[in-house]
Amino acid sequence: MLHIVNKSPFDRNSLESCLRLAKKGSAVLLIEDGVYGATKGSSVEVKVQGAMANLKVYALGADLQARGVADRVLDGVTVVDYGGFVDLVADHSNLQSWL
Amino acid sequence: MFTSSENIDPDDEGGVIKKFMFVNRKAPYGTIYALEGLEVVLISAAFEQDVSLAFVDDGVYELKKGQDTKALGQKNFSPTYRALEGYDIEKLYVERESMEIRGLSEDDLLVDVQIVSAAEMADLMVEQDVVISF
Repeated sequence: MLHIVNKSPFDRNSLESCLRLAKKGSAVLLIEDGVYGATKGSSVEVKVQGAMANLKVYALGADLQARGVADRVLDGVTVVDYGGFVDLVADHSNLQSWL
Repeated sequence: MFTSSENIDPDDEGGVIKKFMFVNRKAPYGTIYALEGLEVVLISAAFEQDVSLAFVDDGVYELKKGQDTKALGQKNFSPTYRALEGYDIEKLYVERESMEIRGLSEDDLLVDVQIVSAAEMADLMVEQDVVISF
């Protein structure tokens, strides 16, 4: 399953709930304000790092760049472009967008 | 939308039954999400799909007993959850952790539901064809 989170983890609990309810082996794609969850030095870093033991985490490059945080992506997070976004959707049998 | 159309024959109105889960994560009156979500659930019933509802985070407040919106001037749509059974929508799952964090127990809910752990909810989500969040 692919989970997509587009809200900042400091504004909403979408990422937190996603990480709680995503099953081991699932993928999480961070887009829009969700990409702040993939950055180093924040208060959610430890939680996201911990989640990466069971989940594959991706972040959309265009959204990281737009927000000036492309140079501080957490180790282990895979940055994808729009083509990669499409591939992720196509490669998973189902997905959930967390509002 | 996110579902493959290759198995769907437009001339065949019976046919494919998919597992749809509607995930409710918002409290009922502060935003329009909960009511809109419920409307979509009712619409989905007309298509005879395998529908289930999940209540997570503030979504559990949608099922709180005793809602009274008279003074608010908004429609109290909470009785509708009890009517879902009449539309053959009988799978209502509430995440225990979300309920407990908010100080709620099963007795506080206005409809019969299955209380599940986060892990059980994760299993339910993975087995769906389509998951739609509100």
